[in-house]
Amino acid sequence: MKKRWWKILTVFLLLYTTIGGLLFSVPRLPILNETIRNLYFHVPMWFGMTILFTASAVFSVKYLRTSKELDDMIASEFAFSGTLFGILGLLSGMTWARFTWGAWWINDPQLNSAVIGILIYLAYLVLRSSLEDEQQRAKISSIYNIFAFAALIPIIYVLPRMADNSLHPGKGGNPGFNIYDLDNTLRLVFYPAVIGWTLFGVWITSLRVRIKKIQAVKSSSNQ
Amino acid sequence: MLISEIKALLTKEFILEWRQRYALNGILLYVVGSVFICYLSFNLNPGQIDPVTWNALFWIIMLFSAVNAISKSFMQEQSGRLIYYYTIASPEAIILAKIIYNFLLMLVLAFLGYIIYSLVMDSEVQDHLLFAAVLVLGSLGFSGTLTMVAGIAAKAGNNSALMAILSFPIVLPMLLIVIKVSKNAIDGLDRSVSTNSLLVLVAINAIVITLSYMLFPYLWRT
Repeated sequence: MKKRWWKILTVFLLLYTTIGGLLFSVPRLPILNETIRNLYFHVPMWFGMTILFTASAVFSVKYLRTSKELDDMIASEFAFSGTLFGILGLLSGMTWARFTWGAWWINDPQLNSAVIGILIYLAYLVLRSSLEDEQQRAKISSIYNIFAFAALIPIIYVLPRMADNSLHPGKGGNPGFNIYDLDNTLRLVFYPAVIGWTLFGVWITSLRVRIKKIQAVKSSSNQ
Repeated sequence: MLISEIKALLTKEFILEWRQRYALNGILLYVVGSVFICYLSFNLNPGQIDPVTWNALFWIIMLFSAVNAISKSFMQEQSGRLIYYYTIASPEAIILAKIIYNFLLMLVLAFLGYIIYSLVMDSEVQDHLLFAAVLVLGSLGFSGTLTMVAGIAAKAGNNSALMAILSFPIVLPMLLIVIKVSKNAIDGLDRSVSTNSLLVLVAINAIVITLSYMLFPYLWRT
């Protein structure tokens, strides 16, 4: 029970997000209308992605300090689930954009940064698969992971704020969510949603790490 | 100590480059050739290309030349020689020497590229000092980022496709700022418009070079 409480919390939070997110009353706003409920699914994906990538970078630093193979394994799985969240965030954002801004894809700095970020981590996964030797793979991909993470921060947090042609709320003269509509009903679901989805990402990661561990034991006992 | 090591390594790089001139000549020819291909593909009479295209084309040529030039920086070293360096020099000195060398190489490529490019495509730049500053900062950024990535790609079997995959997304934010500022220089906008972007560019360069300095020792030991 001790270790399982956060999984129960995740299930509870996600059930709450889905049911509350679809049934609670939301502010009526022109253009957005009911699509505002996507706030509970699209935005937490980006929060989750950032947190998972940060965790991945932290474990890569840890690997370089201790050279324990497990740390690199965890780092790579965090990168994997972070990329998954990034792709889901992109898809949910594209659907949202289609029904509010009128097109699947628009030239928005935030969309472009998201794609660059995902490309970086896909490159990381390609780099991993191109290296045969396990120790070398762990070391080299950890180094790239840290390097890429440092490059990712300006991409995601600095460039979109410098740009002045974004359609996202809070950018380029658009009012932020806080000003006009992140009212208390939205907050009531939004914050649990962020926590729930992030924990869900950690859960996926821990499951994949456990599968990898079993595979590693199996392949070493076969030899 | 570090500075004298860097000096010795830099001299070594220059001597090596001078002995194997085909690499240097090859990359210079690469720049000239790609400029000329662009010129012929647009089939231009001078002055008929709009500044946005002019700018984007120039920096794309620069990006590809940089990736090609810098990916060589670890490929030329045979593994035996690397072990020799390992015994006599610190990894920090090696990465800094490589970055400085690549920076100088990129400066030559950038200014040569710009001269030839404006010769055939007609220069539209109004603020030459700002454009020169962007060329210098861009060269520094390319060399700082790509040298480290070249080191990583070299460890992963010198695959040139891997070099491109790894470096493009990392170099992209820098490239976007560079393109933006150099567009300001072309339009001759007031310099105060570009100060912010220039500062961000300097900051990204600082981050990337510091990280290379800190991470290279780990890469070196593998």
